[in-house]
Amino acid sequence: MASIGRPQPVTTTELVERRLRGATLDWRGYVLQGVLLLSLLLALAVLAILLADIVIRSIPIFTERPLEFLTGQLSARPQRAGISQGIIGSLLLMGFVVVLALPLGIGAAVYLEEYAHDTRTTRFISTNIRNLAGVPAIVFGLLGLAVFVSLLKLGTTLIAGGLTLAVLVLPIVVITTAEALRAVPTSIREAALAVGATRWETVRSHVLPYAAPGILTGSILSLARAFGETAPLLLVGAVAGTFSSGGNLIAQLFGSYTALPTIVYNFARESKAEFRALTAATIVVLLVVILLVNATAIILRNRYDRRW
Amino acid sequence: MTVNVTARDAAAEIPTDQQQPRITVTARVGDERPLTEAEVVFDVQSFSAYYGSFRALRDVSFQVHKNRITAIIGPSGCGKSTLLRCFNRMNDLVDTAHFEGQILYHGIDLYDPGVDPVEVRRRIGMVFQKPNPFPKSVYDNVAFGPRVAGFRGDMDELVEASLRRAALWDEVRDKLKAPGTALSGGQQQRLCIARAIAVEPDVILMDEPCSALDPIATLKIEELMRELKENYTIVIVTHNMQQAARASDVTAFLTMGDDRAGHMVEMAPTARLFTRPENRLTEDYITGRFG
Repeated sequence: MASIGRPQPVTTTELVERRLRGATLDWRGYVLQGVLLLSLLLALAVLAILLADIVIRSIPIFTERPLEFLTGQLSARPQRAGISQGIIGSLLLMGFVVVLALPLGIGAAVYLEEYAHDTRTTRFISTNIRNLAGVPAIVFGLLGLAVFVSLLKLGTTLIAGGLTLAVLVLPIVVITTAEALRAVPTSIREAALAVGATRWETVRSHVLPYAAPGILTGSILSLARAFGETAPLLLVGAVAGTFSSGGNLIAQLFGSYTALPTIVYNFARESKAEFRALTAATIVVLLVVILLVNATAIILRNRYDRRW
Repeated sequence: MTVNVTARDAAAEIPTDQQQPRITVTARVGDERPLTEAEVVFDVQSFSAYYGSFRALRDVSFQVHKNRITAIIGPSGCGKSTLLRCFNRMNDLVDTAHFEGQILYHGIDLYDPGVDPVEVRRRIGMVFQKPNPFPKSVYDNVAFGPRVAGFRGDMDELVEASLRRAALWDEVRDKLKAPGTALSGGQQQRLCIARAIAVEPDVILMDEPCSALDPIATLKIEELMRELKENYTIVIVTHNMQQAARASDVTAFLTMGDDRAGHMVEMAPTARLFTRPENRLTEDYITGRFG
């Protein structure tokens, strides 16, 4: 049916031109695009406001006494309070995660991916490691309290806290490592085995090196996760103000401790208005550390990213 | 069962060892050079392979002879690759795989519990369908096998010799430190061949080595195979019948029945299999009526 009033197309060019240039405005598409953009902006705005609020609140601390704040001890008097114990405590906790969770997690993943036969049991275990990674952190806190604090009689010590965090990030380390290993194509394993390499030689010389960037990224991200975790530490006894800063490392490991997230929690509960700035400043320190750690992970991933 | 008898008869017609009567078979049309008497490298006896409950190969029997190129042809899914990967126990990596019958390698059952699959793979090298160089330097690609085998001699010399035998040396002599993955597809496949021969194997298995390559690279590999058979025994799986006809001395035709289990239909000197096949199935396949 030709429309009335318009001349009939005569040539192919006219016919094609009518089709090509006759596009109607796709207003539905534009509306949808607008809605999507708006949701992105909203999400970003909430984050930006939160961050700006915290940074603005923390300004007095960082302008007036930055060094004192970072190196000073915890104190009930806001004018003198510092977070050095939190920084040391958090770093020691990270040490636990690095020493315990990374080797254990990477080892478990190498076994699951490279050695274990693909049986129902293996699949059951793999699935449940994924489930474990989704378990709320507070549950791990309860586990730490029951097992490390009470059963093993470690008490509310830094060791108990470190073990709890290590257990908390273990499933994440296993999952990210397993994914990195799976990304190494089977053809590479076959190539190594076909020239007479043993399974271990194949894993050591090829699979692990090629998966290393992915494993490293996952490890760093799990460290960041452990660094920011608060709930389990509250349960296994990280308390502000009772950090035994004196003595050697062993004494510290078996002493009471605190960590940056715990300090944020405690500062936030103080009734004095001066503590608001302290809370904000501690959060800024925590965020800066986590952002640095994540940035390292991203840089490493981009640098060693491998295309097969 | 008649199919199997045909396959065995065909294999038996090729002279194998001293005990058997000497029969000469013509290698190619117009090429009157007889296939000389040769030692048996693989003796496959009523071999069946399963993946779980699925039977991939049914009762396959044939022999592979020293310094010959044996081609295995057949339609997709007939178990050619499965069969090839049984020769170097690569199927051990598949958890559900299990086997019946025997593959004797110089008289020793490859699947005997006492046999070390690592040593099997060192003696029986493999080149894969898709070139799979390690993402390491050309040099390290070749040197990896000898290193894990505990090679104590001059590694530079061995790497050069292997690359020369794989007809790749002139193209890579100035880029031994460059990653193997940066080479062209055909070069990568020749690098994989160099890697396979660096450990001084006895046999080289090739699983459709040219299917990812252009015609010129393919011809280079085929030419290389003919040179390599002076020193090695080669078994090649191919879906390219022209390739089997061009490059191989003996051809085995596999197909699958209604149960999808692969079985051997016929095995004969290549020239005869392609000109005077004894089995209808073979004839249908090589003339393009099936497959």
